[in-house]
Amino acid sequence: MAEMTVIEAVRSALHEEMERDERVFVMGEDVGQRGGVFLATQGFIEDFGPQRVMDTPLAEASIMGIALGAAFRGMRPIPEVQFSDFVWPSVNQLIGEAARSHYGTNGALKVPMTVRIPYGGGIRGGLFHSQNVEALFFHTPGLLVVTPSTPYEAKGLLKSAIRDDNPVIFLEHKKTYRLVRGEVPDEEYTLPIGPADVKRAGSDVTVVSYGLSMHYCLAAAATVADDGISAEVVDLRTLKPLDSETILESVQKTGKLLIVHEDNISGGIGAEVAALAADEAFEYLDAPIARLCGPDVPTMPFAQSLEDAYMPSPESIAAEIRRLAAY
Amino acid sequence: MTQAPSSLPTETDAEPSIATVGDKAGPALPAGLTADDLVEVCRQMILVRAMDERIWMMNRQGKVPIAASCQGHEAAQLGSLLAAQKDGDCFLFPYYRDLALKMAVGLTPRQVMLSFMGKDGEPYSGARQFPLQGADLPRNIIQISNVVAAGLTQSVGYALGCKMLGDDTVTLCYFGDGATSQGETHEAMNFAAIHKLPVVFVCENNKFAISTPQESQMVVSDVAARAEGYGFPGFVIDGLDVIACYEATRQAIEHARNVGPALIEMKVERFMPHTTDDDDRRYRDRDALDEARQYDPVTLFPAQMVDQGIATPAQIDEFRTDAQSQVNDATDFADAAQPPDASTIYDHLYV
Ligand SMILES: Cc1ncc(C[n+]2csc(CCOP(=O)(O)OP(=O)(O)O)c2C)c(N)n1
Ligand SMILES: [Mg+2]
Repeated sequence: MAEMTVIEAVRSALHEEMERDERVFVMGEDVGQRGGVFLATQGFIEDFGPQRVMDTPLAEASIMGIALGAAFRGMRPIPEVQFSDFVWPSVNQLIGEAARSHYGTNGALKVPMTVRIPYGGGIRGGLFHSQNVEALFFHTPGLLVVTPSTPYEAKGLLKSAIRDDNPVIFLEHKKTYRLVRGEVPDEEYTLPIGPADVKRAGSDVTVVSYGLSMHYCLAAAATVADDGISAEVVDLRTLKPLDSETILESVQKTGKLLIVHEDNISGGIGAEVAALAADEAFEYLDAPIARLCGPDVPTMPFAQSLEDAYMPSPESIAAEIRRLAAY
Repeated sequence: MTQAPSSLPTETDAEPSIATVGDKAGPALPAGLTADDLVEVCRQMILVRAMDERIWMMNRQGKVPIAASCQGHEAAQLGSLLAAQKDGDCFLFPYYRDLALKMAVGLTPRQVMLSFMGKDGEPYSGARQFPLQGADLPRNIIQISNVVAAGLTQSVGYALGCKMLGDDTVTLCYFGDGATSQGETHEAMNFAAIHKLPVVFVCENNKFAISTPQESQMVVSDVAARAEGYGFPGFVIDGLDVIACYEATRQAIEHARNVGPALIEMKVERFMPHTTDDDDRRYRDRDALDEARQYDPVTLFPAQMVDQGIATPAQIDEFRTDAQSQVNDATDFADAAQPPDASTIYDHLYV
């Protein structure tokens, strides 16, 4: 086991997959000589050359359209969106085209493409370097949406995404890149896309989250444990498909459900998880389903005070767990 | 409307200039073409026109929900396709108006009619999409989308994939004048140029994007002029002239394979409204349209072939009779066919 950061895990997964399969290649803005703005592909150009570590013009729609076309030919492209905030120009190629290429050809075409997107806030990124973009992709049939929270998951899930024949939106929370460290096996491994993971077992309240805020949930669960409250933390890991089995199992056990995410509350993942619990675990619920999510403003503003007001925190999560536990 | 194209530079630059082809005076055939090829184009044109007219009629009968006619584009599509077929290693990204091209690659009239009526057995998408949209991989065709210009970047990506895998394949991408206003068209051409990708961009310029005339879309008279800005050659071709379209495409394919991208602009006419849902009397000058119809390639090309002794009048008559019976058969067949079973709605959402 080696300890590494999330970005190191991403880099390691990419490198191993590019070594394993010549059809795998990365493309994006500044991914070549610079190694990407977050250094996900640092040093790759020396190992794989400029064709497989391709610097593209600054043009997201074409990055995605070209990746898609290359996937049609049987390549396994990994386009990188420099920051999630800049994915919008390419959204037609993702939601309009990639997501329905298999369906719209009655199964004739496959789209083995993994779109890597650094996302999320808490890094003083303001309105245009902090966005959570997951809800839109979550809403789109035909896509897979993956949101790892730890180095172990980032590596194992990214390798699975690259080997998958469906288009995968791979969301890497950029605050976790260097903040979150963890053990990663030395030997080859993958993690399946789909299953959630119970990161902390508990019996009083189920807390469902993903990405950076999952870590805040763990911190909150540790805090409330001192007061004798036992919170179970479910890390979704994959948003699409949603692991309803793990969520329902936990809710049936605890009878109380809190969903935490950074993304705006309205129409977010939390709304779907809440609907799932209401539909399928109604008889087990002992309290109203609670959501602690980003407020409905475009994203977190730049000023520290406003960013803090936007982000869920271990403290605000702990307070919400206590409220539910006491209900 | 014909503008003299200059010849495309190739590494083996021993080709005849395009300017010399399409010359109606002489029967000399351009490189690689036989009399049989041209007779076959006559047959296809006549069949496609009969099909196109029938599809429109079936729309008026409520049996075809939507159709985009290719009337006026046949020479461009069939001439260009002929070059791709002769080459033997081309992949095509057509657009929604390319009925002639999509039929001539080998779809039967029955398959085409199944597609327009949205019936089971539809070859492109299992009737999930608009007619003849999705993919016909056995015939090297992808067209995922209705989103104008979305296919351009995909075709460039396909060509990139071919290049990375060491194929010799040349990708041909077809689109209208309207598509040239989209940002992705610029992005696609720029990227293709940077990587010297084997792509031929084929603009079928009918001078309208639905009702919006060319002068409201751009100030230049030729889309092909933009190629210079990307650093590759662009050519203006008479899109009503089968042989000119064949020859320009043939040279462009060779250029793409040996040097890099090329843009061919085929000046065509759209004889029908934009689609069956459009009423072009709101915006189209009738006299200009009548004048344009004088140059209908489906009338002129077979006549020219007969004039030149390449086809006989009896052959052409036979093509017409045969087209009608094939179209009748296809209509009856598709009309009687079943729609896809509703239980298939979730099929092929994921691999
Ligand atoms: C992105 C997008 N915007 C609008 C439309 C609606 N639309 C369909 S075809 C068309 C005009 C396209 O004109 P052109 O590219 O010249 O092709 P033509 O139909 O003339 O062959 C428009 C506006 C669309 N399909 N996609
Ligand atoms: Mg047009």
